[in-house]
Amino acid sequence: MSVMGNTTPPPMAEGKLSRREWLLSDRPASRTQAKLGRAYVSWRRFAENRLALIGLIIILALVLVAIFADLLAPYSPTIGDLANARLLAPAWDHWLGTDDQGRDILSRLIYGSRLTLYVVVLVAVIAAPIGLLVGTVSGYAGGWVDAVLMRITDIFLAFPKLVLALALVAALGPGIENAVIAIAITSWPPYARIARAETMQVRNSDYISAVRLMGASPIRIVLRHIMPLCMSSLIVRVTLDMAGIILTAAGLGFLGLGAQPPLPEWGAMIASGRRFILDQWWVAAAPGVAILLVSLGFNLLGDGLRDALDPRSAGQ
Amino acid sequence: MMIEAASTPALSVRDLEVTYDQFRALKGVSLDIAPRESFGLVGESGSGKSTLLRAVAGLAPVSGGAITIDGKQLGRRRDKAFYRRVQMVFQDPYGSLHPRHTVDRLLREPLDIHGVGDGESRINRALDEVGLGSGFRFRYPHQLSGGQRQRVAIARALIVEPSILLLDEPTSALDASVQAEVLNLLEQIRRDRALTFVMVSHDLAVVTHMCDRLMVMQDGAEVEQLTSAELAERRITKDYTINLLRASEGFTRRQSA
Repeated sequence: MSVMGNTTPPPMAEGKLSRREWLLSDRPASRTQAKLGRAYVSWRRFAENRLALIGLIIILALVLVAIFADLLAPYSPTIGDLANARLLAPAWDHWLGTDDQGRDILSRLIYGSRLTLYVVVLVAVIAAPIGLLVGTVSGYAGGWVDAVLMRITDIFLAFPKLVLALALVAALGPGIENAVIAIAITSWPPYARIARAETMQVRNSDYISAVRLMGASPIRIVLRHIMPLCMSSLIVRVTLDMAGIILTAAGLGFLGLGAQPPLPEWGAMIASGRRFILDQWWVAAAPGVAILLVSLGFNLLGDGLRDALDPRSAGQ
Repeated sequence: MMIEAASTPALSVRDLEVTYDQFRALKGVSLDIAPRESFGLVGESGSGKSTLLRAVAGLAPVSGGAITIDGKQLGRRRDKAFYRRVQMVFQDPYGSLHPRHTVDRLLREPLDIHGVGDGESRINRALDEVGLGSGFRFRYPHQLSGGQRQRVAIARALIVEPSILLLDEPTSALDASVQAEVLNLLEQIRRDRALTFVMVSHDLAVVTHMCDRLMVMQDGAEVEQLTSAELAERRITKDYTINLLRASEGFTRRQSA
């Protein structure tokens, strides 16, 4: 079974390799095989971690629920039966009960998953590249560029996240898009710090010097040689931050500054259930549990990714 | 062309000074290296030999003096033409290859930067030249041994077809048997391609074997310049060089016993 490449080169039995052996081959025959093999090794390291797998399953479930919300939700998320179905306790008809507008809470949670994903993905897509760019440029250029960029980062870091988001939403007007912008603007500085620290570690290494000696421009070095090295720690950090992003979005929703009614945003749902929390606990509890589960999922996933992607534990 | 090349040195350094913050790492070093010559730089750790090499490559902060390649003085910023003419092999093969790039990508990068076409065949040829088959082409550095990595580093330096190769202790991180292989490979390449070598080493045996002439350095300055023949016949005047030679002999004797 051990048809690994450390046997001498010529008598390699071509052909009948299992898929696993093909992926783990010591001498890949093409660029794709090399890439897939590397991905497979990372996946195996990730899959060894049970909790990380649970996290991944939670997040995949969230994505599937969001995609198939139309099929999964038994009722409309926005139109309820005010006459007959107000504040019903969980039962066979309404698995998670109904809220004060007679709307099915399960359906609202299912549609709310779209909003949660929307916020999380948009924030990640806006904040991570800004942080990566600022951090790598600042770390590689050094000197006054570094000083200016890092002082700007410090200014953003000095504000409490939720307060700055509140100020921005207050200025831009409430709504889920503005909440996304506000959260994105407040969450890039830590990414810039991480990217800068990683860049400083590698900027004087021989392999970056070697690329400079090839005549590569600084832009090329940053984009093609330094950024890929910062990616794994950044991905880990962003994944771990996802829980915080969801909580901030929910917090803004709770304060009435995020998604506006009748959008089934989880934070806003908790806010509206607050009034009945003693008598009809399920109205606030259901979205609360949903936020808890998804945050937990992202945290577990992030921990698993850290173990799988961390370049230091992966060896050179 | 040949006559002119013989008269102007391939690499000429005049009163070169390098200062890191307050520390003067090079204190006015001068040397001339003829085309196709193999020149050695020897000295103990911290003598400035690697710094001299890095200064020529543009990797150290030059604070004074001049560097001339084929009669043309280099400015503060090196241009692309310079990097096609001068290439370098680093000391530590474990640190000089990007950990996330396959051998293929490592060798393709210089071709992309210089806009050289015909990449496929050049990469295969470069791998063949350093004695690695195309079977190594899509491996990552962590799948290679130290000697194989150093061969990849040599292939990467040679792929843009430079005329001057700077070697910063290219074998000191390798074990003895691999060392000899890599040195023979370098010797072979120098003959085939008519390259000019500048080689840093603390190992006098390696330098006498590889180089025509050498400069002994101490404390950021020149002690003396010798030919290999002079070193072999012990025609040395400076105490420092005698001590260095004695130290390296003591080392080899103990090793062979």
